[in-house]
Amino acid sequence: MSTLDRFEIHEHDVIVIGAGGAGLRAAIEASTNGASVGLVCKSLLGKAHTVMAEGGIAAAVANVDKQDDWQVHFKDTMKGGKFLNNWRMAQLHAQEAPERVLELERWGALFDRTNDGTILQRPFGGHTYKRLCHVGDRTGLEMIRTLQDKGVHMGIDVYMECTITKLLKDDGKISGAFGYWRENGKFVIFKAKSIILATGGVGKAYKVTSNSWEYTADGQILAYDAGAELIDTEFIQFHPTGMIWPPGVIGILVTEAVRGEGGVLKNKDGFRFMEKYDPERMELSTRDVVARSIYLENKDGRGSPHGGAFLDISHKGADYIKKKLPSMYHQFKELADVDITTGPMEVGPTCHYSMGGVKVEADTTATSIPGLFAAGEVAGGMHGANRLGGNSLSDLLVFGRRAGLHASEYAKKNSSKLKLDENEMKLAEKEMISFFERDEGENPYSVHTDLQELMQNKVGIFRIEEDLKYAIEQLKILKERAKKTKIEGSRMYNPGWHMAYDLQNMIIYSEAIAKCALQRKESRGAHSRIDYPNTDPEHGKWNSIVKKSNDGSLVIEKSPLPEMPKELQDLLKEKDLVKK
Amino acid sequence: MPAECTIKKESMDAGHDLPGEGHKARIATFKVFRGDKNTGSEVEYKVPVEEGMVVLDAIHYIQRNISPDLAVRWNCKAAKCGSCSAEVNGKPRLMCKTRLDDFSSGEEIKVYPMKSFPVIKDLACDVSWNFEVNKKITPFTPKENTSWIMNQRDIDRVQEFRKCIECFACQNVCHVIRDHDLKPKFAGPRFFVRVAGLEMHPLDGADRLEALKNDMGIGFCNITKCCTEVCPEDIHITDNAIIPLKERVVDRYFDPVKIILRKLFVKR
Ligand SMILES: Cc1cc2nc3c(=O)[nH]c(=O)nc-3n(C[C@H](O)[C@H](O)[C@H](O)COP(=O)(O)OP(=O)(O)OC[C@H]3O[C@@H](n4cnc5c(N)ncnc54)[C@H](O)[C@@H]3O)c2cc1C
Ligand code: SF4
Ligand code: SF4
Ligand code: FES
Repeated sequence: MSTLDRFEIHEHDVIVIGAGGAGLRAAIEASTNGASVGLVCKSLLGKAHTVMAEGGIAAAVANVDKQDDWQVHFKDTMKGGKFLNNWRMAQLHAQEAPERVLELERWGALFDRTNDGTILQRPFGGHTYKRLCHVGDRTGLEMIRTLQDKGVHMGIDVYMECTITKLLKDDGKISGAFGYWRENGKFVIFKAKSIILATGGVGKAYKVTSNSWEYTADGQILAYDAGAELIDTEFIQFHPTGMIWPPGVIGILVTEAVRGEGGVLKNKDGFRFMEKYDPERMELSTRDVVARSIYLENKDGRGSPHGGAFLDISHKGADYIKKKLPSMYHQFKELADVDITTGPMEVGPTCHYSMGGVKVEADTTATSIPGLFAAGEVAGGMHGANRLGGNSLSDLLVFGRRAGLHASEYAKKNSSKLKLDENEMKLAEKEMISFFERDEGENPYSVHTDLQELMQNKVGIFRIEEDLKYAIEQLKILKERAKKTKIEGSRMYNPGWHMAYDLQNMIIYSEAIAKCALQRKESRGAHSRIDYPNTDPEHGKWNSIVKKSNDGSLVIEKSPLPEMPKELQDLLKEKDLVKK
Repeated sequence: MPAECTIKKESMDAGHDLPGEGHKARIATFKVFRGDKNTGSEVEYKVPVEEGMVVLDAIHYIQRNISPDLAVRWNCKAAKCGSCSAEVNGKPRLMCKTRLDDFSSGEEIKVYPMKSFPVIKDLACDVSWNFEVNKKITPFTPKENTSWIMNQRDIDRVQEFRKCIECFACQNVCHVIRDHDLKPKFAGPRFFVRVAGLEMHPLDGADRLEALKNDMGIGFCNITKCCTEVCPEDIHITDNAIIPLKERVVDRYFDPVKIILRKLFVKR
């Protein structure tokens, strides 16, 4: 029997890996463009990270502040990203976000309304105008449900609870993907002319995180292993406001909408400390600044009892809070016994988002591998050194659509028969089965705990050369340990086994974070070096690039920023005329 | 058809008897279902309790330290994704929202998968039927030439339905599914909520009443309200979704005067 006969095989023009906002939007577009589409995801449909997004989608629809337009949104995004963003992605994003949001409405989404009956927008950090279209504090749920309900009626085949572990290639081009069903551990192969990665982020490598079990850098490493480049991996966003007490809830996100709706941050002396760090924008400064400010207050002994700060919205009154921030109200009431309508919340930084990721071409989302595309949090470049709140959901829609379009176009043009390589498949199978073949070894979860501890303490908000070097050494040890874990039980729905695989991805990506962080000898956006506290214009001229060398080791280099056209450069030079 | 559902939402005033310090030493006893569709048994685990801990934390503790192959679904750990539904001491709950200090200190905590769906393994069960039901619902179909202007007043009630996180707790407790297994004929409360969200969308122009009556079997619902009781999103499933839908079906199919009137006036 040949290898092929042993496997369950599904064939599509386009396979989308990931069913969050980016994956769903991509699948819808590819299907609209006539492609047969398979959508694969690790969890059930509708449970991807996108469902958790709270605050809103940034788009210059200018319903509330009429002066807003794409140019201002572009500028805000570039400024927030400390000008390391891929300018073309930032431009397309700002230009196309309004249309993508309105399209959601035409597909049935119900955003909160202005008095005129149009989509309501709220202020958010780093956005000059009120720009975030939202539904209370459950915008992501509205978005994913709208896309999901649209998608299932288009004949897209959804493969739920299926994890992809390898991309397959034929003569350098994408030919398919290899994965396993969570339910029974059986292997499955997807044959496809093009593949879109939409697998989200990497935050599970950190101990205090708002991210779920899914965020293990799968897509990034699938691409890296296949030979694609990663970009700007040193930039990990620590959201300034996560829950910090009681211990059971540490890391759970407190949406920036609390500050958008008027919440103020105070230290233990009741002082509104953002006055000191960013008097102009105060609490609505960018996330990197607010997270660092909370950290510094604590360092100087002015933090809240559990090492954070107080965030207070109670002055807005119970009715308003329950209407605009219902899930925050319940979250604190039920998980922390705190009534946010009468008193402050205690908050502190939590690992939240990965600005870096797979390097893509701005217009098409194509990676350097023919047939491989990437969109959403898994892709890098759009947000530079720091992402503005609300710019992710819009990113998912804008580049999800573009990925779907270009991947389906690519599939049309490359209709010649692709071959699956038996050897590749055997290797992929062997890699997954090997965990069961050891009689002894560590529990993968203990290796994960140590990884999280290391990344949190040595490659966290503030970084310094000796810590980074130490982390890089320790990661080598963790990598070896991860190769020798032992799995209990069978292949049936076995989280320990899944973790053993995910761990490898997280460790490689962690190495990419640490190495690029060491290379960047300056502080910029989310990357803060204690030994290089200033932003250095020379370092603002390049992006970090990560790739796998021929001997299998991870190498990093610098790549000059793509040149920005003159009219956009002029735009960035214009003085800000408007103040909030 | 028997009208009783035996499962009610846990009263929230149960046993807050662990104030202040000293929690850390407390050990909670969990009895967790381990098994698959063929066999299974209850396994006892001892878990150290931390302040603010929820049932899902305890399950994760067991996974990390005792049984790495314990199957469970979760994503957000913040009651936003609806993945972690299970029956905790017989009551359908989101594990990430069920605090250990809701139980008295000596109490054993039993965690079982949702009963109305086939078990896959341990706490994960096969909920795929729900996704099949969803596919059959006529999607949002905008009226022609709409201006997309909507008043907040007019969408408030629809936004309530759109809070649903698809935890399927309501599907799990509804006796039409749980005790009578009328799955092929009955869509269940979750999908009445979804249809209500579409039918009451101010700009939707499709008509789902016939489907409600025939394919979705709304008539089987006898308004026991068990679904509403367990909804973690506090959606008033029966009062706000099912009853108004039932009224529309009755108006259309059983009231001749209204049938004529309805023909004269556009759908609101
Ligand atoms: C709590 C929280 C609140 C947020 N609030 C906001 C907000 O208000 N505004 C905003 O703009 N952004 C917000 N963000 C960020 C934003 O939600 C995410 O960046 C975004 O949703 C990511 O979407 P995605 O489509 O890229 O990936 P996800 O939505 O994470 O989807 C990833 C998909 O990939 C699948 N997958 C992963 N690996 C594999 C694999 N190996 N095989 C198969 N499938 C795989 C997963 O199952 C999943 O379906 C928030 C994030 C969090 C955590
Ligand atoms: S009210 Fe109707 S849908 Fe809800 S549980 Fe009772 S019978 Fe089922
Ligand atoms: S209606 Fe409520 S109980 Fe039912 S699936 Fe939705 S959130 Fe869960
Ligand atoms: S894990 Fe998301 S609802 Fe419990």
